[in-house]
Amino acid sequence: MTLKTNLKNILLVVFTTLILSACSTAKKSGSLDGDVYTGKETVKYLASGVPDRVFFATNKTSLTTASRATLRKQATFLRKNKKLNVTIEGHADERGTREYNLALGERRANAAKDYLMTYGISGKRISTISYGKEKPVNPASSALAWSQNRRSVTVKVN
Amino acid sequence: MKKIFLAFIIYFISLSSLKALIEVDITRGNLDPLPIAVSPLHVDIKSEEYEGLKIKELGSNISAIIENNFKSTGLFNPLKKDAFVQKPDIAHLKPRFEDWRLIKAQALVTGKLLVKDGKLKVEFRLWDLAAAKEMTALAFTTTPSNWRRVAHIISDKIYERLTGEEGYFDTRIIYVSESGLKSERIKKLAIMDQDGANTKYLTLGNELVLTPRFNPTNQMVTYLSYFRNMPRVYLLDIETGMQEVVGNFPGMTFAPRFSPDGKKIIMSFAEDGNSDIYTMDLETRVVERITNHSSIDTSPSFSPDGKYIVFNSDRSGLQQIYVMRSDGSSVKRITFGSGIYGTPVWSPRGDLIAFTKVRKGRFYIGVMRADGSGERLLTENFYQEAPSWSPNGRVLVFYRETKSGSKGEGFSATLWSIDITGYNERKLKTKTDASDPSWSSLLSK
Repeated sequence: MTLKTNLKNILLVVFTTLILSACSTAKKSGSLDGDVYTGKETVKYLASGVPDRVFFATNKTSLTTASRATLRKQATFLRKNKKLNVTIEGHADERGTREYNLALGERRANAAKDYLMTYGISGKRISTISYGKEKPVNPASSALAWSQNRRSVTVKVN
Repeated sequence: MKKIFLAFIIYFISLSSLKALIEVDITRGNLDPLPIAVSPLHVDIKSEEYEGLKIKELGSNISAIIENNFKSTGLFNPLKKDAFVQKPDIAHLKPRFEDWRLIKAQALVTGKLLVKDGKLKVEFRLWDLAAAKEMTALAFTTTPSNWRRVAHIISDKIYERLTGEEGYFDTRIIYVSESGLKSERIKKLAIMDQDGANTKYLTLGNELVLTPRFNPTNQMVTYLSYFRNMPRVYLLDIETGMQEVVGNFPGMTFAPRFSPDGKKIIMSFAEDGNSDIYTMDLETRVVERITNHSSIDTSPSFSPDGKYIVFNSDRSGLQQIYVMRSDGSSVKRITFGSGIYGTPVWSPRGDLIAFTKVRKGRFYIGVMRADGSGERLLTENFYQEAPSWSPNGRVLVFYRETKSGSKGEGFSATLWSIDITGYNERKLKTKTDASDPSWSSLLSK
């Protein structure tokens, strides 16, 4: 009986600690919504206020609301800079098989490209390339690093 | 490179008994490996010098390679030489069986060699000590620089005689050699003998290269290269160093493998972001589309009879393994276990499919029957994938990556092998970090 209560208490303590630590890591990085990265740590800018990258959930290639907002900014920027062409690089985290990750990166790059195209950017101005898990921006093996690595990055080519 | 294919003149000295007396059971994990004595090959005193080869040590060097091969199988226990009771030349003529039995050996390998007129002549015998009989005997003539291959061929012959199955020692492994920081890896194609000797680099590391795979019928290789930042499947002749792009696809091609007859390459092509499976006939250059689905279809691998293709698709939501006819019809999902499945590869025997499974953040290498039944997970780790079969379908080689710290420190990529019984997991020796291994077929076949 006492053992049971003790165990319960211990479990409770462990549980609370887990919640607390989860909160603290989430707060510290301030940067995960589900497992999609929402921070700015690795982000670069095509121009002032125009982030170069969007992030994805594990094994997903769909664009989040935040990603779509970023891409609309990119579209506006590209409409203003008509002579500029871009490559969109698609990436995956290190937690998948290499070949599937190549396909996943390709889809992520194309998801971003398609969205730019629906906002009036010609497909001729956008090339795509997938690097799968080959080029992590954050080399750590952690949930945060993986979320930063699941990305598509728009890069100016001229 | 011609040397590799130099004909070995092999002839039986005698064929005293057709029925194997000793038999090694390889169907189970062997907890009781067969004690075997490998006597150093006797070097004939008439042997001449040859291009810097240490002739006097050649006999013991060859026997050391044989012992190492046997040990790596987990099926044999090569005995220490200091307990050996007979001189190599005498033992080769006629072993004193009772003396060898005293040191608990059950099988004995003896041999002799002669280097003369620029040629290496080797003969060896395998003895069953309990039955006091010669089991097999062979002689070869080849160029002396081929001495390591001689050791591997002897190992194969003995393995075949004792297990009843084809050996896999006279083979090579192609892989991706890795160096540099985790976020800026330099990757080169590398090739080595299956025991880790004779490492050679086939690319310089200027561009990213991935997933090399041997042609099962010759020494051609197909792989993915980011040459000029265009990820495409390439074909490489490792004898001549000639390479070419496979096909003329307007986008990324990847995940290549050869068909079992070596005449086609099967691969994924990503069109507008969607990966489907295609084949290209290397002779006629005819490209065929095999799948046409809005999901990711990749990692295709032919069955050894060429009639079926196993592949990886996320058409059900997450990565699972599917089998279809080689024309793309009759697609059938075969994995239903919890977790996701990738990198299916058909055994050269046809009975099993090896795969990578990811479940609850852990990575497994496993095998299952071709209909998806009888799943067995052989090994679990933080990250491992991409199994490749030994040509006899007994052993898998794969790669493993370690967890790294906040700056990427502690990261490593290494090659491992495991018996399909799940026993005998071993790290392969490589000169650098390594990934994406592919096992060749037998060179002497």
